[in-house]
Amino acid sequence: MSAADKKTGPSSFTIPADHPWNNLWKIFAGVAVAGLAMAGAGAGGDLKRFAHAYLVAFVWGLTIALGCLFFVLVQHVTNAGWSVVVRRVAEQGMSSLPVFGLLFLPLVGLKDHLYGSWMDHARAEADHLIHAKTGYLNFTFWIVRAVVYFGVWAFLAFRLGGLSLQQDTSKDPQLTNKMVATSAVGIPLFALSLTFAGIDWVMSLEPKWYSTMFGVYIFAGAVVSMFATMNLIFSRADSAGLLKNTVTVEHFHDLGKFMFAFTFFWGYIAFSQYMLYWYANIPEETEFFLHRGQHGWELPSWILVFGHFAAPFLLMLSRHAKRTFPAIRQSVAAWILVVHFIDIYWLVMPNVDHHFHFNPLQDIGALLFIAGVLFAVIFRRLLSAPIIPAGDPRLARSLRFENA
Amino acid sequence: MSTHEQDTKNEPQKRVAGILAEYDSPGSVMHAAEMMRDAGYTKWDVNTPFPVHGMDRAMGIKPTPLGWISFVGGLTGGSLGLLMQWWMNGVDYQLNIAGKPAFTLQTSVPVAYELTILLTAFATLFGMFGLNRLPQLYHWAFHSKRFERVTDDRFFITVDAEDPKFNVEKTSEILEKTHPSHMEIVHEIVETSSGGDGASLAFEALTGISSPLGKSKEH
Repeated sequence: MSAADKKTGPSSFTIPADHPWNNLWKIFAGVAVAGLAMAGAGAGGDLKRFAHAYLVAFVWGLTIALGCLFFVLVQHVTNAGWSVVVRRVAEQGMSSLPVFGLLFLPLVGLKDHLYGSWMDHARAEADHLIHAKTGYLNFTFWIVRAVVYFGVWAFLAFRLGGLSLQQDTSKDPQLTNKMVATSAVGIPLFALSLTFAGIDWVMSLEPKWYSTMFGVYIFAGAVVSMFATMNLIFSRADSAGLLKNTVTVEHFHDLGKFMFAFTFFWGYIAFSQYMLYWYANIPEETEFFLHRGQHGWELPSWILVFGHFAAPFLLMLSRHAKRTFPAIRQSVAAWILVVHFIDIYWLVMPNVDHHFHFNPLQDIGALLFIAGVLFAVIFRRLLSAPIIPAGDPRLARSLRFENA
Repeated sequence: MSTHEQDTKNEPQKRVAGILAEYDSPGSVMHAAEMMRDAGYTKWDVNTPFPVHGMDRAMGIKPTPLGWISFVGGLTGGSLGLLMQWWMNGVDYQLNIAGKPAFTLQTSVPVAYELTILLTAFATLFGMFGLNRLPQLYHWAFHSKRFERVTDDRFFITVDAEDPKFNVEKTSEILEKTHPSHMEIVHEIVETSSGGDGASLAFEALTGISSPLGKSKEH
């Protein structure tokens, strides 16, 4: 290997052994342990409430990991050139999906506290509307579906991540074709699994209520928070001097544009769902918004309107927010991760208590635990491979990418 | 050329309209644009068959104010949409639909949203036309036969004679240093009361036939 090869080879994008980022995953692992202790201390008082708080944190982390999977799938099926330099972080993000399979186990243990209204035969049979749905809503089918979802996600994450890592050293363009083919099959699998997982784990908390928009709602939150995560990780990596001008202002501009676009997408579909229910005014549908419009739940509802939609939209509207002032883009990205938590909280928690009561030990503890695990996995994985997919045949196209 | 001019006194008077420099590749025209930018010219342009990334920077073009025009258009559309529905549904002609209030924000969002998009699109399109002074039917470069390849496989720099720094010798000298594959001083007919007007010039430029309108005036 000549000196020139070494410069452009995979090793030059590996995080050096003495770099502070080597310890990041340990810090996040510490956060996870602290969160676990907090949640454990808060759980004893009310297991039903804790189960819901854990579900909020679980869905928050899972949606970010699924957003990463979506990013990789879409970049491959569209044969995107610009995104090659930012793909690796998404790949490491989706590699946490099997870990979420383990993090799902507490939900199985706590299932009666979450889905008792339909998993409990006696209660389901007492209510005709729920009883009519037990063909789908029953424990056996629910657990089988969960295994299928995690199977699909783990398969896609291992295959796409594995092929990409293999390409770092082999530089074989044929591997790209394999990844594209896998992604083409993966897109519909992803859409179906995410939609039904959203129905199974969140929408079924209110088994009489339904929304045909629910899967899209979960998807919108997943994608916008994934782009927020990517914005943050790459901005930090840039400041830490790990990117060596491979990820330029042009790529940050695009990551900002996507974050902006999916902020709007979330607002668009969230409002569509709300307006149709408001207008039709059918009791079993409006129940959902009724619970979220009173007894203190007005506050999180309004935070979502302004915090999840209006403020990020206006702040990210200008080209300067995406290119000239990285502080705006990074602040909005960090804020989006917070409002994404409020969003899931707003979906789940009114089912356990119609009155809004924040329980920091349970709510923040569970969030710290899941966030700690998610980012510990991502930053640990980032140490094991180059931060840029150096063997991708489209890398040169990505490096010289420019917005017109 | 000079003898030809002497022979035909009825020929319309011509003047130098600008200089046309032709290049073979996007890279060479981009490099030339950087040199023209550094030389301090203001009334000049680059013409290419397709968008060339990085050309804005090479030409030293300032960021466009178009975003602000779009933004104002969007605000106008949104406000107009809300105001219209408030007036029509809430004040002027109230209808009781399922017992709902005559005017509500919930039902007004879709129309206000669509009007926001519509007026943003209008403001962007027509703002772009205005900033670029479009539609432009005539340009002196149309007099050059070679310039026709601008829509095919050649790249051009046009320096306008109206540029304050323009000087046929000096400007040609600078352009010569950018290594164009070809260079041409383009003349256009001076507009007089009896000469060709803008429309006939455009006709001539676009069709290659001298305008029958202009001819009848000359003779």
